[in-house]
Amino acid sequence: MSPDRPLTPQQLLDVYRRMVLIRRYEDHLYLLFLKGQVPGTLHQCQGQEAVAVGVCAVLRADDVIFSTHRPVGHLLAKGASLKGVSAEIWGKAAAGGKGGQMHLAAVEVGAMPSNAIVGANVPIAVGAALAFKLRREDRVAVSFFGDGAANIGALHEGINLAAVKDAPVVFVCENNLYAASTHIAQSLRVTDIADRAAAYGIPGQVVDGMDVLAVHQSALEAVERARSGGGPTLLEYKTYRFKGHSRGDAGNYRSKEEFERWRQRDPVDLFRRRLLDEYQQSERDLEAIERACQADIEEAVAFTVASPEPLAAECFRHVFAD
Amino acid sequence: MIRNIPDSPAEQSSATRRLSMTEALRDALRVAMRADPSVFLLGEDLGVPGGFGGGFTVTLGLSEEFGHERVMDTPISEIAIVGAAIGAAMMGMRPVAEMQYGDFVFCAMDQVVNQAAKMHYMSNGQVKVPLVLRLPVGASGRGAQHGQCTEAYFLHTPGLKVVCPSTPYDAKGLLLAAIRDDNPVVFLEHKLLYGAKGGRKEKTSLDPMGEVPAGDYEVPLGTVAVRRPGSHLTILANMLMTHRTLTAAERLAAEGIEAEVIDVRSLVPLDLETIRASVARTGRVLIVEEDNLSGGWGAEVAARLGETSFDDLDAPITRVAAPDTPLPCAAALESVYVPSVERITDTARRLVQE
Repeated sequence: MSPDRPLTPQQLLDVYRRMVLIRRYEDHLYLLFLKGQVPGTLHQCQGQEAVAVGVCAVLRADDVIFSTHRPVGHLLAKGASLKGVSAEIWGKAAAGGKGGQMHLAAVEVGAMPSNAIVGANVPIAVGAALAFKLRREDRVAVSFFGDGAANIGALHEGINLAAVKDAPVVFVCENNLYAASTHIAQSLRVTDIADRAAAYGIPGQVVDGMDVLAVHQSALEAVERARSGGGPTLLEYKTYRFKGHSRGDAGNYRSKEEFERWRQRDPVDLFRRRLLDEYQQSERDLEAIERACQADIEEAVAFTVASPEPLAAECFRHVFAD
Repeated sequence: MIRNIPDSPAEQSSATRRLSMTEALRDALRVAMRADPSVFLLGEDLGVPGGFGGGFTVTLGLSEEFGHERVMDTPISEIAIVGAAIGAAMMGMRPVAEMQYGDFVFCAMDQVVNQAAKMHYMSNGQVKVPLVLRLPVGASGRGAQHGQCTEAYFLHTPGLKVVCPSTPYDAKGLLLAAIRDDNPVVFLEHKLLYGAKGGRKEKTSLDPMGEVPAGDYEVPLGTVAVRRPGSHLTILANMLMTHRTLTAAERLAAEGIEAEVIDVRSLVPLDLETIRASVARTGRVLIVEEDNLSGGWGAEVAARLGETSFDDLDAPITRVAAPDTPLPCAAALESVYVPSVERITDTARRLVQE
């Protein structure tokens, strides 16, 4: 059975809607951050939307994802609400105020708490997958991580354990070339992190992370392999973040030429052009999606900013489960 | 040195057997796994056919009954063992993870401290992490990386429960309670208390056999056990130190000094009320611990008592602990490091005479 199933027009538009939602949300956040209206830290994912959306588009609602310190894209792609994400980022009572921008969770849609320790979610995702396998459930876990996680021990131990146990998990490396400010060439002697898959005896694949349909196709194969008992896959998506590593990082360690080269391959713009040129979608429909996303975002953020702060007692809640 | 500690509550069950700590722990795992399919074990060398059933034979024979998926052998990957336990627990399983030696948990400290302990809190209660992390601890002639008592590291980490049985009855009852608790529980097992039977017995092991009910029972987390009543001083101890303290208490009794011995079998939560009540009656406190003096569990208990029981005290709160050195290997040095019956007895005597 070939897992090659072309997306329906409705699915294509939904993929586009999610990419736009992430881009516009992150841009809106950035604007407010520049005005000093966003508390705490900020790790943005503009440029990496195709990976989040392409992967999550093939997941079922009961599949689970484990994200990183750069979680907004993954969360919104999996179906988390704008208000829920915003409440956590602004530390509002609605979210509790104990997580923050790097710890977004929407368990009801399978977005497990995102993790701010690089690589730490890898063995945790494997454990989730082992739970599914022990219970004979055909669910799949996905671990997102960046190229910076490639050299941390947790990743090695986690992928290897998944491999020997045929755990239904997909490892998704978003290789945006920089671990904070350090270029990947300074940390790795191989060009492709996916080459590591051979060392674990699992399939690995390098994919264009700016092409959402290529992401979707590769993820479809990996997820179906995991779901059908074929074990884990290591997917490496070549991508780029258009903002700095975190707030206040202007990205001066990257050349203007490099930046412009990747900017030409903006995943949202690329997909938009394909929708118009190859899939006969109308400019009017796309603009309607964009306007609707923008309105939803502004409404959710305004609602959140005006919502109450957590009460002092919240500090002491949830240390232990009752 | 063989000592049978009366357990409380009384061994009430009709069907009891005399078991070692190892047998009692194995019994707990068997009871839990039969009752609940979400309970599974993971760690190194747990269920290998022809193998030895984990570091200290606790899981011996369980893979025959429950299969190799539920008695899951892993590579030597402590980060993955703890991480996978966390992920499975978040999905509703109740994993029991074993570190072959308690010292190896340091390889996985991020998973314990940053992940297991903080996940419920950071997610505003959206996820729970009901896992048990079994750590064999205690000096046993293997040197500094195979024998440290590690409880203080976890005591300092909000979100973890920490228990440390000293009897077979408590071992089974606390382990069952720990497995069913909805939080991560660090479960310390002292290597010299596992028992003197079997191929991997420790040369210097005690053999605390005890009556253990055959069925299902729990010893509540957050309780201490008064092992011996006394009026002249209160001695707090855990694990192996409970046994040495009881021997010391007998020697003291021969001199007319009656020590109340409290087994602090649960450090988090800590039943400070029972301890305070004892201190209010005796006016003197000795804390006996095998972990290092500075920042050990005794330091925390002493501070708490200093804050709340100052008016009840007739003498300074005193500690007998391992010194602030790594654990040395040679028997001649290990016996200097680990508090001995003599040290406990002498210190207690001086404390009462003050």
